[in-house]
Amino acid sequence: MHETISFTPQLMASPIAVIVWLIPALPIVAAGVASLLKQPKRKLSATLAIGAMCISFMLSLISFVHIVGEWMQGIAAREVVNITWIQIGTTNVDLGWVLDPLSAVMLVMVTFVGLLIFIYSTGYMKDDENYTRFFCFLSLFAGAMLGVVISNSILLLFMCWEIVGLTSYLLIGFWYQKPSAAAAAKKAFLTTRIGDVFFLLGIVWLFSQTGTLLFYNYGAGSMEAGALAGLLAQPAAWGLTAAGAIALLIFAGAAGKSGQFPLHVWLPDAMEGPTPVSALIHAATMVAAGVYLIARVYPLMAAGALAGGTTTALTVVTWVGAFTAVFAALIAVAQNDIKRILAYSTISQLGYMMAGLGMGGVAVGIFHLITHAFFKALLFLGAGSVIHGCHGEQDIRKMGGLKSDMPLTFLTYAIGMLALCGFPLLFSGFWSKDGILEAAEHWSVAKTPFYLLVFGALLTAFYMMRQVIYVFGGHWRGGKAAHESSTVMIAPLSFLAFFAIALGAIGTPAWPWFRAFLDGHAAAFNPHGFLEPGLPALMGISTVVVALGLFLGWRLYADRTPKPSQPDALEQIAPLPWGWLRDRLYVDELYGVTVIAFYRWWARVADWLDRRIWGGAVAGVVFAFALWARLNRFLDTNVVDGGFDKGCDELAVGGGLLSRVQSGRVQSYLRILALAVVLLAAFLIWSSMA
Amino acid sequence: MTPLASYLLVAALLFSIGLAGALTRRNAILVLIGIELMLNAANLNLIAFWRYGPHPERMTGMIFAIFSIAVAAAEAAVGLGLVIQIHRHAKTTDLDAMNRMKG
Amino acid sequence: MSFAFYLVVALTVAGALAAVMLKNTVHCALALTVAFAGLALLFLQLDAQFAGFAQILVYIGAVAILVVFAILLTKGSETPRDGVYSHNWFVGLVIAAGVFAVLGWAVMGSARILPHETAVPTVTVLEIGNALVGRYVLALEIVAVLLTAATIGAVIVAMHEKEGKS
Repeated sequence: MHETISFTPQLMASPIAVIVWLIPALPIVAAGVASLLKQPKRKLSATLAIGAMCISFMLSLISFVHIVGEWMQGIAAREVVNITWIQIGTTNVDLGWVLDPLSAVMLVMVTFVGLLIFIYSTGYMKDDENYTRFFCFLSLFAGAMLGVVISNSILLLFMCWEIVGLTSYLLIGFWYQKPSAAAAAKKAFLTTRIGDVFFLLGIVWLFSQTGTLLFYNYGAGSMEAGALAGLLAQPAAWGLTAAGAIALLIFAGAAGKSGQFPLHVWLPDAMEGPTPVSALIHAATMVAAGVYLIARVYPLMAAGALAGGTTTALTVVTWVGAFTAVFAALIAVAQNDIKRILAYSTISQLGYMMAGLGMGGVAVGIFHLITHAFFKALLFLGAGSVIHGCHGEQDIRKMGGLKSDMPLTFLTYAIGMLALCGFPLLFSGFWSKDGILEAAEHWSVAKTPFYLLVFGALLTAFYMMRQVIYVFGGHWRGGKAAHESSTVMIAPLSFLAFFAIALGAIGTPAWPWFRAFLDGHAAAFNPHGFLEPGLPALMGISTVVVALGLFLGWRLYADRTPKPSQPDALEQIAPLPWGWLRDRLYVDELYGVTVIAFYRWWARVADWLDRRIWGGAVAGVVFAFALWARLNRFLDTNVVDGGFDKGCDELAVGGGLLSRVQSGRVQSYLRILALAVVLLAAFLIWSSMA
Repeated sequence: MTPLASYLLVAALLFSIGLAGALTRRNAILVLIGIELMLNAANLNLIAFWRYGPHPERMTGMIFAIFSIAVAAAEAAVGLGLVIQIHRHAKTTDLDAMNRMKG
Repeated sequence: MSFAFYLVVALTVAGALAAVMLKNTVHCALALTVAFAGLALLFLQLDAQFAGFAQILVYIGAVAILVVFAILLTKGSETPRDGVYSHNWFVGLVIAAGVFAVLGWAVMGSARILPHETAVPTVTVLEIGNALVGRYVLALEIVAVLLTAATIGAVIVAMHEKEGKS
């Protein structure tokens, strides 16, 4: 494990830091404006998106240069700008952004790769009628992703996280008329949602324990020593501290977004979206958001670790990452869709990144993330170019011989492929992967992840070789002849290819600039760095492994690329395992049988409850009301009316009776008169006597 | 019992008898007879009080009784004339049958 | 009280009772006359000579005759078919008894304060005459008017017989 220098936030954020919020804001504004545009305004929407991204890229560069400048002066810079959004009593709901080396490199990477892909999309989506909508969504995604990167408040991060998930759904389901695309979008959203639920739980717990949403707040933030000490002191279930439990919850969210096992099932299906989307979102940036999140909350993940030791959370991250790396690589071996191979490859490489974070720390994982972003985006864009040139064909068994038909694509693709395999020395992938392998070799808990990762590297080389031979080697097995793509698509490929090679330079042991930059200490060029104990041996091992993988692939497949009707070469050797791998190790089927079946049953129960019980209750209430109404009517007609009528009749009878007093006969009048006088007289006499 | 009290009792008795007659007999003339008895009883009362009163020399009671006799005579004349007229009209003096005032 | 008093009272009361109870109307009128006579005797016993003689003159001499004439003119001597008493005579009897009860009660209740015996007053006709035109002249005149009106009224009532029948 490396040592971390504690960053002290500047007391006064520099002017650069104050305007850093523009970097995500501009693409979001561009998306807002583009959403109001009508379909024919294609050029305008593309201009808005690319223009906003350009400005964001330049601002990112300026921020990056500023931070590098600070670093060169020996200042460990972390500039935060915090804003109080809501105040409830003594608790604050804060938002804010942070500019430190981690966010600076991420900003540059996201804006640069994003910009290249935007430019590529203008060529790729040229014939699509929903051009404007595409750029609106792309821009929104870029803005949200940048928001995730600079966010200093875990709430703001979550909000941008959710927008990223939303735009991913919108873009996967871009061709929504295709049922498979719509289903894939829904699957992506729901699967990442499961992770997000745990993430939200972690956020709430963190907020309630530490009382703040900010990561860094001049000593009061949740990633700073005071809060972490408090979290460590608080015990949670199963022998974990609160710090460990929250870290695991947050990792669950990252696992959903980054396609770790078992929440990886959405990523291959997400290839239903257009290729630029696959390149940007599902290779370079969105899936990297999970890795970035772990890097951002790394102080929490590593809290309580003794020197040289590790925490429960980081151990879990490592194991999940290592397992995912091998799992996905195995499945990639037996896939026939060009994009699906790359998708599984992405899952596998994300596993590498997670393992790197768990074993080696922030710098190791993030370095691989940066290099991966470039070469995976390159590979996806190259695949897009191939698909475009083959008129929409995606099955590699129906391609072939494109080496001569699409030479530029082939060249750039080959560079990307070698970088992914980790071809020694020249390609960035070698250096970043080696960093992870080195950390794995020295991991204190177990050596198994190391072996798994080495095996994964073998598989990576194998399946990439297979893919390249299928696509570019042999003869053309498809229908119409293929053609090279336009310049607007080739140019980004060239840029990415350049960086796929060049980025390696900043991560070599001789000059570990990247690690030094992220960790905040000085770096010097030292050729003797190569001679650290165990390092040449490790480099040798990885070289051998890559060569072996490439050789095996070439042996099996060169000159033997079959048509779709014929079985694959590996299939002929081992048909049963091939079948399992081709069927993606039945994870989706397992989910279908367990989770989805349970859910369907539960939906039926809820429906029964709704119709019978609640519906019955409502019907019962209605019945009671109707009954009450009838009772009222009965009472009204019979009792009230009847009583009233009867009363009136009796009154009439009484009146009739009384009218008999008026007999018209004098004598009866006289009698009454006499009686009255008697009574009156008696009363008077009695009262005078008393 | 003082003489006055006995005279008063007699007057009361006569009055009641006259009232009974007026209330119970059918014939209209009998009613008038009863009324005459009542008037006479009242006269007796007046004279008795005059005789046994504080100032008999003032003759108030006697004069009153004389006037009462005069008025009673007039009233009997008119009343009987009315009875005769009713008899001409309704051919009967039965009071039970005369209920034209009904209602 | 002297024996004469009781005798006269008995006569009067018997006459009155007969006057209201007899079936024959003429007998009733005659009994009434007896009652009047008894009353006149009572007046004489009370030293109200003038009143007594006036009673005889007016009541017996005029009213009773008048009653008899009326009875004869209305064929009252015939006994009615349904009986002489009205169909709920008992109520009347009860009321009359009630009246007597109340009056008797009043009399007996105040018996203690009633005076026993006073000097016999001597009232001459001259004094009565003087009083009539002196002190009570207004009442005299009014009674005169009343008598006139009664006479005229009776004549008119009786006279309409000729025009009424048509």
